[in-house]
Amino acid sequence: MIEPLLDISGLSRTFGGGKRWFGLDRPGVHAVQEVDLQVMRGETLGIVGESGCGKSTLARMLVGLDTPTKGRIFYEGNDLQAMIRDDRRALSRHIQYVFQDPLSSLNPRLRIRDILAAPLRHLRGLHGHALETRLAELLEIVNLRPEFITRYPHEFSGGQAQRIGIARALAAEPKVLVLDEPVSALDVSIQAQVLKLLKRLKSEFDLTYLFISHDLSVVETISDRIAVMYFGRIIEQAPARQLFQSPAHHYTRLLIASAPIPGGPPIVAESSDAELPDPLAPPSGCAFAPRCPQAQEACRARRPLLEAFSSQSKLDTSNIHRVACLFPAREPLSRDSRTSVDETSR
Amino acid sequence: MYRYILRRLLLTIPVLLGLTVIVFLIMSLIPGDPALAILGSYATPENLARLRAELGLDLPLPQQYLVWLGNILQGDFGRSYTLNRPVLDEVLERFSATLILAGTSLAICVVLGVVAGIVSAVRQYGWADRIITLLVLIGISVPAFWLGMLMILLFAVELRWFPVSGMYAIYGGGDLPDLLRHLILPATALAVVAAGVIARLTRSNMLEVLRQDYIRTARAKGLDERRVVFGHAFKVALVNLIPVIGVQAGFVIGGAVYIETVFQWPGIGRMLVNAISTRDILLVQGGVLVVAASYVLFNLCADLLQHWLDPRIKA
Amino acid sequence: MMAFIRLLARNRLAAFGALMLLLLLLLALVTPLLPLLDPNITDPANRLQPLFSEGHWLGTDQLGRDILSRLLWGMRISLAVGIAASLVAALLGSLIGILAGYFGGRTDNTLMRGIDMLMAFPYILLALAIVAVLGPGLMNALYAIAIVNIPFFARNIRGATVGIAHREFIDAARLSGKGNTRILATEILPNVLPVIVITLSTTVGWMILETAGLSFLGLGAQPPQADLGSMLGEGRRMMINAPHVATLPGLVIFILVMSINLLGDGVRDALDPRLKSGALSRPAPMTRIRRHESSGAAPQKSRDTALLRVDDLRTDFEVGRQRYHAVNGVSFTIQPNECLGLVGESGSGKSVTALSLLGLVASPPGIINGGDIHLHSRHQPSRDLLSLKPREIRHIRGNDVAYVFQDPLSTLHPLIKVGDQLVEAIRQHQPLSHPAARELAVKLLGQVRIPNPEQRASQYPHELSGGMRQRVGIAMALANDPELIIADEPTTALDVTVQAQILSLIQHLREEKGTSVLFITHDFGVVSQVCDRVAVMYAGRIVEIGPTQEILDNPRHPYTQRLIDCVPRLGEPDHEPAAIPGLPPPANALPAGCAFAERCDLAEPRCREGNIELIATDKERQVRCIKPLGLTAKISEGIEHD
Repeated sequence: MIEPLLDISGLSRTFGGGKRWFGLDRPGVHAVQEVDLQVMRGETLGIVGESGCGKSTLARMLVGLDTPTKGRIFYEGNDLQAMIRDDRRALSRHIQYVFQDPLSSLNPRLRIRDILAAPLRHLRGLHGHALETRLAELLEIVNLRPEFITRYPHEFSGGQAQRIGIARALAAEPKVLVLDEPVSALDVSIQAQVLKLLKRLKSEFDLTYLFISHDLSVVETISDRIAVMYFGRIIEQAPARQLFQSPAHHYTRLLIASAPIPGGPPIVAESSDAELPDPLAPPSGCAFAPRCPQAQEACRARRPLLEAFSSQSKLDTSNIHRVACLFPAREPLSRDSRTSVDETSR
Repeated sequence: MYRYILRRLLLTIPVLLGLTVIVFLIMSLIPGDPALAILGSYATPENLARLRAELGLDLPLPQQYLVWLGNILQGDFGRSYTLNRPVLDEVLERFSATLILAGTSLAICVVLGVVAGIVSAVRQYGWADRIITLLVLIGISVPAFWLGMLMILLFAVELRWFPVSGMYAIYGGGDLPDLLRHLILPATALAVVAAGVIARLTRSNMLEVLRQDYIRTARAKGLDERRVVFGHAFKVALVNLIPVIGVQAGFVIGGAVYIETVFQWPGIGRMLVNAISTRDILLVQGGVLVVAASYVLFNLCADLLQHWLDPRIKA
Repeated sequence: MMAFIRLLARNRLAAFGALMLLLLLLLALVTPLLPLLDPNITDPANRLQPLFSEGHWLGTDQLGRDILSRLLWGMRISLAVGIAASLVAALLGSLIGILAGYFGGRTDNTLMRGIDMLMAFPYILLALAIVAVLGPGLMNALYAIAIVNIPFFARNIRGATVGIAHREFIDAARLSGKGNTRILATEILPNVLPVIVITLSTTVGWMILETAGLSFLGLGAQPPQADLGSMLGEGRRMMINAPHVATLPGLVIFILVMSINLLGDGVRDALDPRLKSGALSRPAPMTRIRRHESSGAAPQKSRDTALLRVDDLRTDFEVGRQRYHAVNGVSFTIQPNECLGLVGESGSGKSVTALSLLGLVASPPGIINGGDIHLHSRHQPSRDLLSLKPREIRHIRGNDVAYVFQDPLSTLHPLIKVGDQLVEAIRQHQPLSHPAARELAVKLLGQVRIPNPEQRASQYPHELSGGMRQRVGIAMALANDPELIIADEPTTALDVTVQAQILSLIQHLREEKGTSVLFITHDFGVVSQVCDRVAVMYAGRIVEIGPTQEILDNPRHPYTQRLIDCVPRLGEPDHEPAAIPGLPPPANALPAGCAFAERCDLAEPRCREGNIELIATDKERQVRCIKPLGLTAKISEGIEHD
């Protein structure tokens, strides 16, 4: 069995909560709940979900910007929290992060030189000539002109700023890049540029990507494997092609059916009162049950676990198609299957 | 809502306690022996010792505080040695005079400031805006005590429209018209600075709000400009202004110290200045405590008002 | 720094203040060198001399001391004490504010509770209490004023720091290996510094006033030493007999503080980025229109059935001397019950086009510089919207033509219940009583499929989810049965499942009510769902317009084609999104010819010349390209000579 590069087990993060005066329990918001996930060396794992599903919180925990309430993360077999306690910088040398909003992730009062030099100096211990050489190298890697180095962030377009953000992450020479909606703030024409760059960098530097996005089509083009999150939990996980060919969770199906494709079939909308559950009072069973066209009594009673649904290879655990659903859909999704979902929802 | 009020009320208690601690500490930090200060040069050793025991000065500091706090809670603020009467009586009497002055002044400055601010924002870069901006600048630059003196010279000495000073005429006064005649000059002088600040913040707040997307929505609905400015923009600006008014109330009460001195108004500010010069510690202590506590309560009301007007603030 | 000084100098009032202050500072500095009388020598024989008397230009005071000399020496002290107190307060207050704001949590709580305690005292009262402890005296007054002003700095700076500490670049710095101290010094401080300078420059004057105030009360400078405040205080007793003794020091304080405040305002304006961008100027009720002459395209032919006809619309943003051409000659028509999509990337001018139609572009800086907009609604003859009076435009807004905006949280009024916002929209155009309008409002909420409309009507926007809020936005647009709805990216801020619901709602309503829709979006997927025809915008112009399916299948303009190719398509993982290299041209420096030529791999020299017109290629299609795709060279030649 291949050892995963990142092994996440039972990871939870709760915001707020705790005791109130008079000893009453204050409910907390469970942003991430009992997430188990393995990331294999060299793969691109896509994480998809809508706003508030906990995908960003998960990402921030992986780089130590947030601390789990429960559960552990192992990187190459080492406990991440222990690594942070020993030396935060050690973690930053291995796992780096690319932010969603390229402009707000660059300090408006610093020149590009200072922004890029910080990781080189503090994480890689470079100084003087070596630092200068590496700076020039970094700009070249992300296709930016060398004279940009003396400029301030506001002089750049969104796409250029995101390249700088990527260069800064690469400066630490990490093995893993956590990409938190790296192209969501960009126009489509620029988005394609950045995606192309990311693909090139991955093979050039043997990187492992954790690619987080709300956009299914973007995730599909870049990921080897995809995990779908809903309401703080992973509800389905499968190799990318398999997920889109035969999504098993009804939420995944809904996501796919809702995405408008240029020239594609008409999208399907669920009935109007479908809303996310109240995070302060989560339902007892499956969180998707109130919206699910296939929900039955059992779905509201107990929460389904993320279990193997079908697998291609028993040896490679990462390739198993898992789903957290009591009554998963089994028929593959054909191009015209949107209508079939439509029928079921009526 | 009721839970919020309750919570806010409960939170006020530690603030008030904190106030008493600060006031107590300040007074116990005063170099020298308070008992000696109180008795002055007439002190005999026996008297000193008795007063010390009475004040609890022979106890350790925390215990002293508790004794003192206990007395305060029972309304016993001690006796003023310069006036030879209970501190609380004097403080309450003087404070009510200050409240009349500061309250009138606050009303004047809020009305003036808000109206000027709105006009100035709505007519941005127009003549009205320029004149108001200039007046505001003068208002926040002028020393209130000097302005008061100039007003006395012009309106009381030269034009004889208003009395020079005091709260009531010495002979035959005492009714409301008499009070108002005495009130107008000092209240106006006191209002000038705060009115300037409020006008400024109203203007910038209105300009900021008028840029918001929901104002565009209001216009897209076809609402006329008056409705947009007052019904939509001012509503939000007002909510933002309430804490500002709370802070300004503090400036007005503080500024009353000068104005009372200039206009010989028998308020608590003048009492405090005199008490500090004569080192009447208990009087200073009582005065500061009462004013500060009522200011805290005033801000509590402002807070609750804001909460009531703005449904977004959650408990 | 130079830019800052230039900005400051451009502000005439601030420059005047700076000059005055410089003069006063200079005067204060050279006072010991001036041939003045000793300020403290008394001369009872010559007491209370009036102004301009022999040997004493400004007279003498009650002890016969020279007022001029005392004023200058007093000003030195007042300035020194005021500035020193400001610096102390700024230093301590900023330190507390930065630490509390950055570390948050318990540190923040402890520090700010302490600050709140200080704030619980009405301002001067605390200063009085401190002076009462320390005893009257100039230094003690300085301490008191400084302490009293610490909360002001601490609160302001904390606010600014909190705003920055949660920005992503702080996380980025942490991941770059910077520790707390380094982050505070190199990331936070440079961003907070302008706030500190602004706060300082707007408080120095105030602090000078306050120290003067304490001296006035006799609690600051003690005789024989005198600052301006104590001179005023002493002079007060002779106010009626010798008014100049007291009024002169007051005048000097006033001038001093005024010049500092003028400069302070200037500094604030120069450092506040919002003022530079014109973001603090009030948008007019209607976009300014500077049309030289109606282009004459006007009278619609009688067989023209178009509901809306836009001809050569031009909207610019004028910022300083720069002129940005946001909309650069846009023409299109919308037929009754048609949905026209306006697609483009950010900065293409699609939203500005939409807002220009009813004069909703913020002005300043927006200005409509040309074009005609004809609305031919049911009951009215065709009207040119750009020549209507504001009152007439208001009558059309929300009535014949209604808007749905992008972010429903920021576009609904936060303090008004959604039902009341609807009622207001209804009653503006329909003579209904409040209860009747309320009933209609609830009905509208039901129509946009909001569950429990009765109850939702009495909720505030923040109590609704994003999807519900957008439904309210749509209900509001429907309030007066408009003939045209302009939807400006109505689903961009929403999740994909909610977007699907909103799109299907819009479709449904369009079928039911026969409304026309102008749908602005950046998403070709959305366009293909809802639009009959689509217009593709680039750099402020329409580059291609025609039926949606035909354009998606056979784009004629290279930009359209490449834009469609950029979009990753769900279910086609092997479709590699093709990037378009480069960036659109800046709107204040548009090139001649085709704006896309720079990024087009089919461009040739004649693409960069002259003005390229929108030409008809098929029956219903037009394209702004001299060699449209998918047409044989011959046909395109023919078109060109048309």
